[in-house]
Order: sequence, then C-alpha cells, then structure tokens
Amino acid sequence: MKIVVLAKQVPDTWSDRKIDLESGMLDRAASEPVPDEINERALENALQFKDANKDTEIVVLVMGPEDATKTLRKLLSMGADSAVLVTDASLAGSDMVQTARVLAAAIEKIGGADLVVAGNEATDGRGGMIPAMVAEVLGLPVLPGLDAIEIGPDRVSGTAGVDGGSLQVSSSLPAVVSVTEKTAEPRFPNFKGIMAAKKKPLDTWSLAELGIQAGPEAASVRSVMVSATARPPKQAGPKVADDGTAASQLAEFLAANRLI
Amino acid sequence: MYQITEDQRALVDAVRDFATERIAPHALDWDAEKHFPVDVLAEAGELGLGGIYVGEEHGGAGLDRKDAVLIFEELAKADPALSAYISIHNMVVWMIDSFGTDEQRARWVPDLATMQHLGSYCLTEPGAGSDAASLTTRAVRDGDDYVLNGVKQFISGAGTSEYYVVMCRTADTGSKGISTLVVHKDTPGLSFGPNEKKMGWNTQPTRQVIFEDARVPVAHRLGEEGDGFHIAMKGLNGGRINIGACSLGGGQAALEKATAYLKERTAFGAPLTTKQSLVFDLADMATDLEAARTFLMRAADALDRKDPDTVRLCAMAKKVATDTGFDAANKALQLHGGYGYLHEYGVEKIVRDLRVHQILEGSNEIMRLIVGRMLVDA
Repeated sequence: MKIVVLAKQVPDTWSDRKIDLESGMLDRAASEPVPDEINERALENALQFKDANKDTEIVVLVMGPEDATKTLRKLLSMGADSAVLVTDASLAGSDMVQTARVLAAAIEKIGGADLVVAGNEATDGRGGMIPAMVAEVLGLPVLPGLDAIEIGPDRVSGTAGVDGGSLQVSSSLPAVVSVTEKTAEPRFPNFKGIMAAKKKPLDTWSLAELGIQAGPEAASVRSVMVSATARPPKQAGPKVADDGTAASQLAEFLAANRLI
Repeated sequence: MYQITEDQRALVDAVRDFATERIAPHALDWDAEKHFPVDVLAEAGELGLGGIYVGEEHGGAGLDRKDAVLIFEELAKADPALSAYISIHNMVVWMIDSFGTDEQRARWVPDLATMQHLGSYCLTEPGAGSDAASLTTRAVRDGDDYVLNGVKQFISGAGTSEYYVVMCRTADTGSKGISTLVVHKDTPGLSFGPNEKKMGWNTQPTRQVIFEDARVPVAHRLGEEGDGFHIAMKGLNGGRINIGACSLGGGQAALEKATAYLKERTAFGAPLTTKQSLVFDLADMATDLEAARTFLMRAADALDRKDPDTVRLCAMAKKVATDTGFDAANKALQLHGGYGYLHEYGVEKIVRDLRVHQILEGSNEIMRLIVGRMLVDA
C-alpha cells in the first residue's frame, strides 16, 4: 500500500505570530518555523499500519518554503520512506484552493496514493478544509476529523466526533482521511532513524514540474488578499472593586456573557 | 575550535524532545520518592540511549564520544542523576561490546542496547576506592566456573540491573591480577545490601553487591585473566567524559533557572537583573560552563581518535567539568535566595546530584594525581 501523509511547517505555536501588514502574509521571520504537531500524529497512524504491513510505502508531502526540509527530515527520521517538498516563490500567500490544487497535483505526480492522511487543521491557518479540497480535486472520498482510525488492506474506517455524539465512518480505498489530536501518540524518532533519514530520498519540485500556475496568472481560481489590518489592542475589561457584593457581581457578569 | 554538525543538532533535538516530555516533569518526584524509572529507561533504550557509542552490529547506535557528550549534557538538563545512570549503563554495554567475544556480544549486547536489560559496573569495594588495584573480591577457578567471593560498594543500579560487570582478583599480582566477569542477577550466592540513603542521585538505587561462593561460568569472563585492570581503566576514560557532560547539563539547567529567576524577582524596587554584581555571577557561570564544554569536547575528540594523550585530557576535563557544573549549580542556589533551598524550585536537587560527580569515576584528587604524576615523571 502507498500512503501519502500531508504535512506543514508552521510558526511556533508557543511564540508570537505576526502578519506582515504590507503583504497581508504571515511574517515568517517573526517566529521559529517548526513542524506542525498534528503532522506527527497523521504520520504515526500511517507508521502503525506499516509496522504491521512491512510492504507499505509512506511518502510525506509538504508545500512550503525551502527550509521546510527541516520538517520533512523529522518525519523521515520517524520512519517515512521518502519525502517531497513543493516549493516555489509564486506559492507565497497561497489560499486553500491553490494549496489543494498543488498538493493534489503533487500526489498525482508521486503516482497516486491508496490513502492520503492529513491532520485535521494546521495551527497557523486553522482552515481545516485542505483534506476535503484535495479529495475533491482528486475525485476521492474523504473521511474528515477522525478521532480514531483503522486502516485495512482495502478499506479505511474511523470515528468522528460530532455535536452530541460520534459517527462511525468508513470508505473503500483510495481515500483521503484527516485525523485529530486524539489519534495516535507519535513516536520519538530514534538515533538510527535520524541517521538513516539523511539517506532517504527527498525530492524538491517547482510548480513548473507540476504543470500548475500560481500567483497572479491563477487569479481566477484563487483569492487575493487586498488589505490587512493589525488586531486592535485588547480593551481593558471592567474592574470589580469588592464592596461586599463582588461575588454576586462576578456571577452576574458571567451569566450575562453566557459563560455559566 | 569545533562546531556542532547538522546530525548532532538533530540528535540533540531528539533527546531534548524525549527528556522534556518523559523525564523533566517527573525528576523532582523521582528524587523525593527514590523512584528508579525502569519504564522510562526502556523508552530511552528505544531511542538508542542504551548503546550510544556501541557498534551497530548488535544493536548499538554507532555514534561517537563527541555525540555522547552532547547527548548526556542534554539528558542531564532534565535530570543529572538519571543521565548519570544511563552513562554508567553505556559504559557497561561498551565494555562488553569492546572486550567480549562475538558470542558474548551477540548474547548480551542486544537487550542491553535497548535497555530491556540494565547493567551495573562493579569496581569499588568497601576498602578499595581510589586505590582500585588493591581490590580483594576474589574469583577462584573451579572447573568451568569461577567461585566468586567479596563485596562491591556504591554500585549504581544494583538490585535492579540484570548484569553486573565485576572486577575481581584472579591472582595476587596487584593490578595485573585482576579479571572481569559478567554476572547475571539470578546467580546463586549473589545478594544486595539495602538501598543507601544518599545526599543526591536518589532516582538511581545504590547498593552493595555481595558475592558468597557465587559460581560464574568461565565463559562469562571478558578478555583474558589479568586483563581486568586495563579494561576498567579504559572504561573510565569515557566514564569521566560522560560524567563531566552530566555535570555541564546540570550546571546549564541551574544557570537557566537562575537567569529566569533574576529577571522576575524584584528587590529594592527593581528586578534583580539591575544589580550588576548578580549579572556578573550569571556571566561567570556561563563563561565557565562554555570553557568546560570546549575542553570536554577536546577530550572526547582525543578518545574518538585514540590519541595517546587521552588519559591526561580525560582526567583534566573530568575535574574541570564536574567542578564547574557543581559551582554553577551552587551559585544558582545562592542567587535564588531562600527559594533555592526549597525542593520544588529544583535547584538544590541539582546541587545534591552534582556533588557526587566530584567524587566518583575517580575523585577529582585522583584526576590531579594522574595529571601531576605525568608532569613529574616526564
């Protein structure tokens, strides 16, 4: 079986993240780029299948800046077989539609996949639509937001949490699934994996190699940021001075804001 | 002089991720409860921490001593005492891998390298510490066995470890009459003393290992009869570098805690970082640690290259790194004021853990003896 795992390099979740107001794009210099944590859970699900089915091939796929090879090396050190980075200056500021088109084209160039596994959403954009969009472009079924996943030789199934309950879903392969942080606790890469990772294939593709247009030429199929403003500074909240009624004032405040 | 390679950076990042998640959050509890986390050690084994500089043939990670310095320092930032135990275990596995026959290596190394089995190193005796060549634990040949009698003192991991690499006397010819036996924990006649009550290193058990007519197959001997002292001393070169790295990690962690504390603590109307003498303390700690780190890497490089100057450099670097690490931790405690004396701040634990590094793997006085003798005898 061939599994493609989608991954992303994001600004460090634990540091300040900034938008460059001139371009409307993420200011990548403002914080350290790190592998998104959900990548590793997506990969772990694939690796657990590979542990039991040695003839499984796992390819990790990233669209991002050139230094995203760092994220790919980490995933290779965990046990993925090969990696592909799609990088191109004209991809900067891509929206979800363009990202999905590029990822789908890359999956086709890889030679297709029996299963595509992605995290449910990245910690930076938090759109959460990429897996479904990639499935749409590829004409595959999608099982989104799975809290648990079971991969079989010709089917994938899982559990997705919904308001007031959970759904048992399954699909024949090929298919696209996205997983939440409730799935597989990722393994730590071991020293052998780290040393082996540098010998594994890591291909870098440009848009020309995928035969895809981006940037202004593709304006008809992508959104364009026209302006950006900084988030207004937070207003100070009301202060409660305790004149003996503070507790009831606090309770009223919480009730009025539907917090209790 | 040296720069960390991309590979080394990746190794250290992996160790940091592991240590931050699996070790650091528990280190204070393990210290207070004297808990030896064998489950976490098994996880460390999966990472490759059980046979860092052991060849890949039987499951080691095949890295070098410079890599090991970086790895032990990183582990020690989370817990110097557990890092130190892992370093002792690595010395044991390395000894078996370096001096064992192919059959012995194939039999013992794989489970030790994954830390499914733990190892202990038995050199010191109640009456023989710095003067290791005077050890009296005796192995008497009887057919295909040795009959082993004697007591080993201050043995890390004793009672829990599966295998004990024991230095013992097979002839009354001083250092030339010492041999090395690998003893399994279930050997009849092998027993252990109570877990010692110690100043630090509480997360690893320390017990006497007692042999009373313990029969050990001759096939469990590493090398030839009389090779033991040579094996012990070879092991200690690397042991000294490793324990130095553990001290640097502890000292570095203490420095980072002290820096954070001075930034947030105010006195006399301003943060403590406005007091220049205190910032000078931080600067001195950072500078001394960096100097020791550079020296330690030089000694590790000598060991990797089998440089003839290895013994001298390892002895010097052990003294510098363990003194520097302890001094940094002790200074960090002082900078924390009364809070530094509280367990929950984590600084006094580092001081207690690092104190013993100045005593073991050859006391720092013995390090000076080694260096001094070389000067005088030259």
